[in-house]
Amino acid sequence: MSKFTAIVMKAADNVATVTEKVAANTEVTMNVEGNLLTVCAKDMIPFGHKVAICAISSGEKIIKYGEVIGKATRDIQIGEHTHVHNLGGCRGRGDLEN
Amino acid sequence: MEFLGYRRTDGTVGIRNHILIMPTVVCANQVARAISANVKGTTWFEHQHGCSQLSPDAAQTARAFIGHGVHPNVYGVVVVGLGCEVVRAQEVAAEIKKQCPYKPVHVVIIQDEGGSYKAIQAGSIAAHHMVLDASVLKRQSIDVSELILGTECGGSDACSGLAANPSLGAASDLLVDAGGTSILAETPELIGAEHIIAGRAVNEDVARRCYATIKACEDSAKAMGVDMRGGNPTPGNIEGGLSSIEEKSLGCVYKGGSRPLQDVIGWAEKITKKGLIYMDTPGNDIEQLTGMVAGGCHICVFTTGRGTPTGSPIAPTIKVSSNTPMYERMKDNMDVNAGTVITGDETVQQVGQRIFAEMLEVASGKITKAEVLGHNDFGIWRIGPTM
Repeated sequence: MSKFTAIVMKAADNVATVTEKVAANTEVTMNVEGNLLTVCAKDMIPFGHKVAICAISSGEKIIKYGEVIGKATRDIQIGEHTHVHNLGGCRGRGDLEN
Repeated sequence: MEFLGYRRTDGTVGIRNHILIMPTVVCANQVARAISANVKGTTWFEHQHGCSQLSPDAAQTARAFIGHGVHPNVYGVVVVGLGCEVVRAQEVAAEIKKQCPYKPVHVVIIQDEGGSYKAIQAGSIAAHHMVLDASVLKRQSIDVSELILGTECGGSDACSGLAANPSLGAASDLLVDAGGTSILAETPELIGAEHIIAGRAVNEDVARRCYATIKACEDSAKAMGVDMRGGNPTPGNIEGGLSSIEEKSLGCVYKGGSRPLQDVIGWAEKITKKGLIYMDTPGNDIEQLTGMVAGGCHICVFTTGRGTPTGSPIAPTIKVSSNTPMYERMKDNMDVNAGTVITGDETVQQVGQRIFAEMLEVASGKITKAEVLGHNDFGIWRIGPTM
């Protein structure tokens, strides 16, 4: 198991969590419900942060644990670091009310 | 399955045998601290409240004090008041005595004693006798079904939801299957995961109260007119890889395991049912811990990714790290490492069994690191303005 460098919780997820710091332009390997998936990281991904494992369009839902964790605030390419700079929360958004 | 605990006269079970020095108002903190410093074998807490509060808010504050006083981990209580405050020491002591007639309870009122030194003397003498009497009690075998676990996470990172929280959930399931009780709390950290917890409710009423409780919390956050990100998830959560409250919540909810949800109760309300219970608390670690302990939780298992030292003054608090680098870096504070799930060296189930075994050891008297460090963290969830 330790050869994998990212964890994908559910097959529906479009992001993976890296289990070690990943340098830019390095391959990230993961087990998606029994299938090996390899993605090339475009950015440096800090330990515990997320990498996009599919292309995600602006406004599209970002899925982890098979559940919605937010929406893309711009287009995200496969292999991009996915975090607060390109992911917006959908909940507790008092700033979007009125 | 059994552990070694203290059987109280009314049949309740304690896993510690504390003498608690309790100020009912901020003005009594200094005297309470001095009494505890004078008498080895006592514990105490401090807080900023107990006065200038409106009645629903004062009642909630008093409930936290009374819940700590009647707690079966506490052998006896010295209640310290000033004399002119809203939350009256005499009334708190009387309620503790009413609920637990067998328990030694002594009241010290600073204004009545004639100042701080006399109050410290009176409280110290009372505490001195309680410590001697408490030391005679012996632990005995108690079935694990009598144990109440409080689950908590704080200083979370992205590994919390992948390793430590699912492992704690596995331990929670083991306890519930053995007939015990487990508390899931932290309402803000259920925003975005309400369908998961409500989906396990034993009936429609419990499910409806789950949704209503979490919606009320989200509405109060939105009333501030800002994105809650930055307040929760915190800057440290975000540095740890959590990008939104939903992501944090979906990792948090794993702590409650997979068993049916029996009930939803308010902050610091007495825990009376068996199985998995949801207590409405803030996400703030200290206010959550205080609420669960006031409700009667014996032991807290607290997962963390960034590393936090928190511990209750009366309920042992076991720290579980979500990742191995932090476990190695903060060994002063961490009791159990769940980072082995991230490295692939152990499964969630295996770590869950280790957490459960540690819970039984600690329930039987093994000291946690937060206890050695002398943590007595205590936070009151205020629901009204300060007058």
